[in-house]
Order: sequence, then C-alpha cells, then structure tokens
Amino acid sequence: MDFVVDATLLAILAVTAITILRVRNLFAAVMLAGIYSLVSAALFTTLDAVDVAFTEAAVGAGISTVLFLGTLALVGKEEQRPTHRPLLPLAVVLITGAALVYGTLDLPDFGDPQAPAHQHMAPEFIEGSEEDIGIPNVVTSVLASYRGYDTMGETTVVFTALVAVLLLLARGRRPIRVWDEERGWISVWSDRDPDPDERTPGGTTSRGGDDDADPDREAPHG
Amino acid sequence: MDDKVILRVGAKLLIPFILVFALYVQFHGDYGPGGGFQAGVIFAAAFILYALVYGLGNTLRVLPPWIPYLCSALGVLIFAGVGLLTMGLGAEFLNYDVLAHDPEHGQHYGILLVEFGVLVTVFGVMVATFYAFAGRGRIDS
Repeated sequence: MDFVVDATLLAILAVTAITILRVRNLFAAVMLAGIYSLVSAALFTTLDAVDVAFTEAAVGAGISTVLFLGTLALVGKEEQRPTHRPLLPLAVVLITGAALVYGTLDLPDFGDPQAPAHQHMAPEFIEGSEEDIGIPNVVTSVLASYRGYDTMGETTVVFTALVAVLLLLARGRRPIRVWDEERGWISVWSDRDPDPDERTPGGTTSRGGDDDADPDREAPHG
Repeated sequence: MDDKVILRVGAKLLIPFILVFALYVQFHGDYGPGGGFQAGVIFAAAFILYALVYGLGNTLRVLPPWIPYLCSALGVLIFAGVGLLTMGLGAEFLNYDVLAHDPEHGQHYGILLVEFGVLVTVFGVMVATFYAFAGRGRIDS
C-alpha cells in the first residue's frame, strides 16, 4: 500500500515538473508549481514529516503562488520562446542528477534505526524532550530549544530576505499616509525615487510594464 | 471586484477562522505539528486573502505597511532578547532553564517567547513582501 501511494505521488510530481517545463503560459506554470508543492507536502506527510509538510503547503503552495501571481501581473503571462536549444544546461542537469542518485546509493535505508544520524544526538533529543523540556513534539523542542541558535539564524535569514526584496522592489519608495478629502487617511507610495542612474550602476531601473515615472501614483485612485 | 459576491462573502467568512487557526497552530506547536513559521505564514495569508478579494487599498487601511515592517524586525529582536535575558540571568545564550524556578517551566516560557518572535517576523516579512510585489502597480486599486 505504501508503495502504491509513494509511486502515485512521485508520478504526479514528475508529470507536473515536466509540464511546468513545457508550458509557455506562465499562469499555468504558476498554478502547476502550486500543485507541485501540494503534492510534495503529501509526500512529506507519508514520510511522517508533518511539520515540513505543513510549511511546504503553507509557503510553497500558498504564499509563493500569490507572490508569483503578483509578479505575473507585472511581467505578462506568456513566456518568450528560447532562442537557442538548451542542450548544455540539459547535460549539466543530467550529470548532476546522476551524481546525486549515485550518492543516494550509499545512504542508509529510510527509517533504519542503525543509521548514523539516529545514533549520535537523536536519542538524547527524543528522551530529553519529555524529561528536560516536557513537551511531546520533539520537532518543536529541537527547533526552539536544542537548536535555538539555528532557529534564530533562520529568523534572521527571513528578515534579511525581506530587506533584499525591499531593496530590489521598493527602491527608496516607502508607504506614507496622506489625507484625502473623500476617503480620509489613505496610504500611498512616497515616490521619492532618487535619480535612478545614481542608485543602480548602468541605470537599468526603469524596466517592466509599470513605468516609474507614472504621474498617477501620487494621487489616490478611487 | 464588486460583482464577485461569492468570493467576497466566502473570504469574509473564512478570514476570522484563518486567524484563529494560525493562533492554534502557534500555541499547539508544543503538542502537534506547527509552530511560529507555519503560524506566521497562515496569519499573513489571512491578510493576503483580504487584499486579493477587497483590494490592496482597503488592506493598507486595515494594516498600514509600517506594522509589517516593524514586525519583521521586532520578531528577531524578541528572539535575541530572550537570549540576552537568559545571559543576564546567569545562564548561556538561549538557555531557557533560568527563566523560571523550575527548569522545565523555564523551557516552556522560553519556547513560547522565541516561537512568538518567529511568528512576528514571519508574519511581517510575508505581508511586507506581498505589499512590495503588489505595490509595484497602483496602490489603491
């Protein structure tokens, strides 16, 4: 039974991945990427990694899809045809994939209690979670207590990612409150974009559908 | 999206439950799957759903951008602050044992606090990222 479920899920994953490669409609590709994440989440669940599955479903299938759609609204829905045959990338991917598969041959079997990963610290964590910390979910006690440094680093990484996104997308604009006669206080972007050539080398900032010099942006839209 | 009655009513019904579910995921993380990362994303998803159905302009009135901006940094500060607090109480950085008389309770409080920090940062980052993408177009749509 396990085999049937695993094989079905992996087959759906493979079909979805190949379809994403082949469709030219980016909207369809985004939806398929969401499906890919959801099926991955199901696969993690069969591996008893429910916390990971939860995150994959929420972030991969949920938020990422929305952010992709937000990007599509800016860049259009059709992918351009590639101008060359992607033979070199294909070769690189095949060789890397073969190397990774070859590497997995040396890994211990799934769930093998004798695997080195289950011998070193894991028994201490599993027993300690109940005794030292008193919470049954070992994932939480490892994440928040035993590996607290790690999680603080991850949280900082998430924050840093936002800083990078804002540097790339907001570019000096920030939301401000302005008074509108009809609607009261509303938020608009302060379009205090300094001279684009000054900020980015090469001055290639004003690309994309929405022109930065849009005079309407300062004014609220009803 | 004035004519999409089913979407508007459906979203309005779902959003409170999504918010409560996020809190459940947050505070039940000690016993079942979940924790700050998942709860933060779900909490943010409620506001993103609101923005998708009711427009970014309305969402910015509910949740002005300075709140997610502040949250994204505040969560990291809470997390690191717990570490500094435990150091101040004479233990190692992020050793929660000293947060209460009973080390086990200390661990509980510590995990609760740092998970809250994670929730705050992830929520802020997700909403702010969404604002950054959606705000590239018109802000009051």
